[in-house]
Amino acid sequence: MELFFATYVLPGLIILLKSVVMIVVLLIFVAYILYADRKIWAAVQLRRGPNVVGPWGLFQAFADLFKFVFKEPVIPSGANKGVFLLAPVVAAVLALAAWAVIPVDEGWAIANVNIGILYVFAIASLEVYGVIMGGWASNSKYPFLGALRSAAQMVSYEVSIGFVIVTVLLTVGSLNLTDIVLAQGDGLGTMLGLPNTFLDWNWLALFPMFIVFFISALAETNRPPFDLVEAESELVAGHMIEYSSTPFLLFFLGEYVAIVLMCALTTILFLGGWLPPFDFAPFTWLPGIVWFVLKVCMVFFMFALVKSFVPRYRYDQLMRLGWKVFLPLSLFMVVATAAFLKFTGMA
Amino acid sequence: MLTGLEAIFFYLFAFLTVAAAFMVVSARNPVHSVLYLIVAFFNSAGLFLLTGAEFLAFIMLVVYVGAVAVLFLFVVMMLDVDFAELKRGALQYAPVGALVGIILAAELVIVLGGYAFAPELAGDIAKPAPPPSVRHNTAALGDILYTDYIHYFQIAGMVLLVAMIGAIVLTLRHKEGVKRQNISVQVARTPETAIEIKKVETGEGI
Repeated sequence: MELFFATYVLPGLIILLKSVVMIVVLLIFVAYILYADRKIWAAVQLRRGPNVVGPWGLFQAFADLFKFVFKEPVIPSGANKGVFLLAPVVAAVLALAAWAVIPVDEGWAIANVNIGILYVFAIASLEVYGVIMGGWASNSKYPFLGALRSAAQMVSYEVSIGFVIVTVLLTVGSLNLTDIVLAQGDGLGTMLGLPNTFLDWNWLALFPMFIVFFISALAETNRPPFDLVEAESELVAGHMIEYSSTPFLLFFLGEYVAIVLMCALTTILFLGGWLPPFDFAPFTWLPGIVWFVLKVCMVFFMFALVKSFVPRYRYDQLMRLGWKVFLPLSLFMVVATAAFLKFTGMA
Repeated sequence: MLTGLEAIFFYLFAFLTVAAAFMVVSARNPVHSVLYLIVAFFNSAGLFLLTGAEFLAFIMLVVYVGAVAVLFLFVVMMLDVDFAELKRGALQYAPVGALVGIILAAELVIVLGGYAFAPELAGDIAKPAPPPSVRHNTAALGDILYTDYIHYFQIAGMVLLVAMIGAIVLTLRHKEGVKRQNISVQVARTPETAIEIKKVETGEGI
């Protein structure tokens, strides 16, 4: 009995505790990411943005939360009820599940799996199901069109994201997210004889792939300028039209958690995760997690700026970019990187 | 023999796989069938994880659930399925279906029977995998696929390429009079080629 407790119950409880902490911190972070998104968007358009609830509008996201939760959920009579309610749950759960393997500091991951990057990629490729199921189950024209668009869009951009990840894996030689970050401690900068700085990180060595990954991440999370799934001017709100109250909130939450996940992934793959930008004092005084969060916020700032600056793509332009520009480019980079590593003997 | 948590998870995944597979064929709505198929894929990925084949498990999720099943769902959602029609046609194909089922069942019996009667045969076929502490199965798979059997891999790739080109050729239609967008021409436009400035006299018009 004691053995049973020590082998199963205690580790189980620890994992549960870690997960709860992770989810709570993540959700609070997402609440402020949402607020930041609206504030940045407003600042670009010379508006004030949310400024009523709390000082500077800081509690706006929580007010929105209560508003959604206490409203009545409306289910259309023609909807396929089971799938209709399952879709937002799938969207939110999958977005949160991917965070199980994200290391925010050395050793600070709920699960430090050998093939962490593959797990995140698999979960990210499943996120399309929330959209498709919601769009189909609503039994309505615009959601259905939105679902069809998203299915094609997310499958297209996953291909180039996959190849970008492969180039990173080739240079690092491991699928473990912690190893990927640690491998960025030495890189291009140290080869040139400089001390360990931000020049070592993958973004410089794999610069074209960094750009491809950033743009594909926008498309994968349905952010503007690739938000054709929910383009207001064409499809009202795409797959979310028929949703109200908590199911809508879950969709919304899933979307933003997925966006933060993509920011975290960009940080881990290209911006050196929790490593400080200069490997000497005073930069090393700050704990790694602070650098990690700062980098995630920086990437998100770019996401928010793109949203406010760039006009929406047309659907055929989106497909052209994915298949005719990114796919050949990333495929070429995989071959070029592999050949470089092989012939310089670094692999 | 499976013990402890491993056994619990094995029976959980195995039961859910079989139950979901059963629902795939018995669900009345084809979209529900595809969704159950996804559940079955998920649980078989879980079974792969239990055997320590984590690479296969996640590739299964990425390829089958993330891409193949999405396209399935795409097609099934677009079809206007008449359930009565579907049910009427089903009996007609029952003998063929039964035949395929019997062949599959027989093959399964032969494979499992081989294991039961002559366990030493399995050792001849299986190539011993290196222990996980020495080499991750991702790297081991890469060695086998891209180093030991690279030519078979390339032949498989060529076959797929031919199939893809064939599908494109079959569906490609050249329409006359379609205006196509040429991005590079658009980008290369300058004010000189695009704008013509005319001096308009007051009251004259162009």
